[in-house]
Amino acid sequence: MKVLVAVKRVIDANVKVRVKADNSGVELTNVKMAMNPFCEIAVEEALRLREAGKANEVVAVSLGGAASQETIRTALAMGADRGIHVQTDIELQPLGVAKLLKAVIEKEQPGLVILGKQAIDDDSNQTGQMLAGLLGWPQATFASKVKTEGQGAEVTREVDGGLETIRIKLPAVVTTDLRLNEPRYASLPNIMKAKKKPIEALTPGALGVDPSPRLKILKVVEPPKRQAGIKVKTVQELVDKLRNEAKVI
Amino acid sequence: MAVLVVGEHDGTALKAASLSAIAAAGKIGGGVAVLVAGSGCEKVAQSAAKVAGVDRVLHADDAIYAHPLAENIAKLVVSVASEFSHLFAGADSFGKNVMPRIAALLDVAQVSDIVAIEGPKQFVRPIYAGNALQTVEATDRKIVVTVRGTAFEPAGGEGGTAKIETVASAGDAGLSSYSGAALSRSERPELTSARVVVSGGRGMQSGENFQLLEKLADKLGGAVGASRAAVDAGYVPNDYQVGQTGKIVAPDLYLAVGISGAIQHLAGMKDSKVIVAINKDEEAPIFQVADYGIVGDLFQLVPELTQALDESA
Repeated sequence: MKVLVAVKRVIDANVKVRVKADNSGVELTNVKMAMNPFCEIAVEEALRLREAGKANEVVAVSLGGAASQETIRTALAMGADRGIHVQTDIELQPLGVAKLLKAVIEKEQPGLVILGKQAIDDDSNQTGQMLAGLLGWPQATFASKVKTEGQGAEVTREVDGGLETIRIKLPAVVTTDLRLNEPRYASLPNIMKAKKKPIEALTPGALGVDPSPRLKILKVVEPPKRQAGIKVKTVQELVDKLRNEAKVI
Repeated sequence: MAVLVVGEHDGTALKAASLSAIAAAGKIGGGVAVLVAGSGCEKVAQSAAKVAGVDRVLHADDAIYAHPLAENIAKLVVSVASEFSHLFAGADSFGKNVMPRIAALLDVAQVSDIVAIEGPKQFVRPIYAGNALQTVEATDRKIVVTVRGTAFEPAGGEGGTAKIETVASAGDAGLSSYSGAALSRSERPELTSARVVVSGGRGMQSGENFQLLEKLADKLGGAVGASRAAVDAGYVPNDYQVGQTGKIVAPDLYLAVGISGAIQHLAGMKDSKVIVAINKDEEAPIFQVADYGIVGDLFQLVPELTQALDESA
């Protein structure tokens, strides 16, 4: 079985983002970028399926400007076999991404597609579900355990009340939650090896897809700042403040 | 321009997330319908009909809806979507799972996790873990939205007199099936709607130590939550997690115990009315958002606080 993983380049999770002065977005110039953490978990899960003999090839796909290739290289350094880069400089939103991925999947015919449940930049949590809908495939979102068996898979999902287990037919789309696995670091030899792995270049035009944005971004502003309060010395003082000043107990 | 709210329920009544989505839907103008899909869920339909602001209840009853599988719910929603301009649901694990699939089937964008409505097509939503607020305008003929529960006071459960209409099952998509669940059982209020939340982080050091927080939460009639670090360490189950990718809470009182305050955690609780931080590290970022901070050993301070509430109660 071939496993396809989609990976996204985002601002590094440890960077404090700054809103641009003209309120058009957040500052991306000279900011450290990295693979979206949930996508790292997706790559790791695909690699583990290959290592367990359940998959024989892992293909990493990314979409966007030329820099997205770095993110594909990261996936290749972790162990993915080859990459596909759909090059475009237009603003990509989840529906457009899902359409492009669908076109790539129709070409590649994977048995399983794994994505992060959410990208930590736009926090949309949509692409995997949209992709499954467009393909008419089952979806197993927010996965914390994936067990493939024959023509199906059993997936444990993180839901509001705890954990839920569903069975899905393959091919299917799985999106990863935090507890699915702990992604490996790429070793130096593997980083070197990744430089020689192939990355196929595609374009939306070649795939016959129009990924134009459907949401107009009118403005991006900073949220109201919360002021730091006071430090109290004793529990008694805290109880007094909560009762008589904040009046919440 | 009517709104269809895709309802989520527990077999008896709509969940709080759906009630918040109904309240938000009311701001669009043009009427609010609620879809109740389930197996033997007449009671839910009847209680949904009483919710303030609801004009119509669409009731679909079929064994295949006993568990809300995304493939089947999406198929059903698409079958009734034609007369609605907007489709809303709560931004909880149900809405996040189902709504994007529906949007894709309708070939429209989704606006996730809205916190304000500026017009029938304009919405405000947090991005980058709440470090920025984005205002977007939808350009599609139908608008699919998920609603952040903490930003909209849930619609009241009484006073409405909506009519209940039966809608036909859309059939089983035959792609997935439910096999079981391991749900946390608790007598405490639900995390996302509790008036008080007591959360623990890595500083708790073990799952057993969360009993200290449970005692305190029970004293305050609150729920117990956790940071990602505490969940990853296995101290508590995943459904305790508060933060960017976990649950979003905004209680009257949030007590952060042994939580350093990473931006990903702050994203889930910084809209709380009053924040209290207990941490041994006086430099911990949590103190920058806390109204009241106390620096010290939580293993001494938490029992002391529980006792102080006892004495003064």
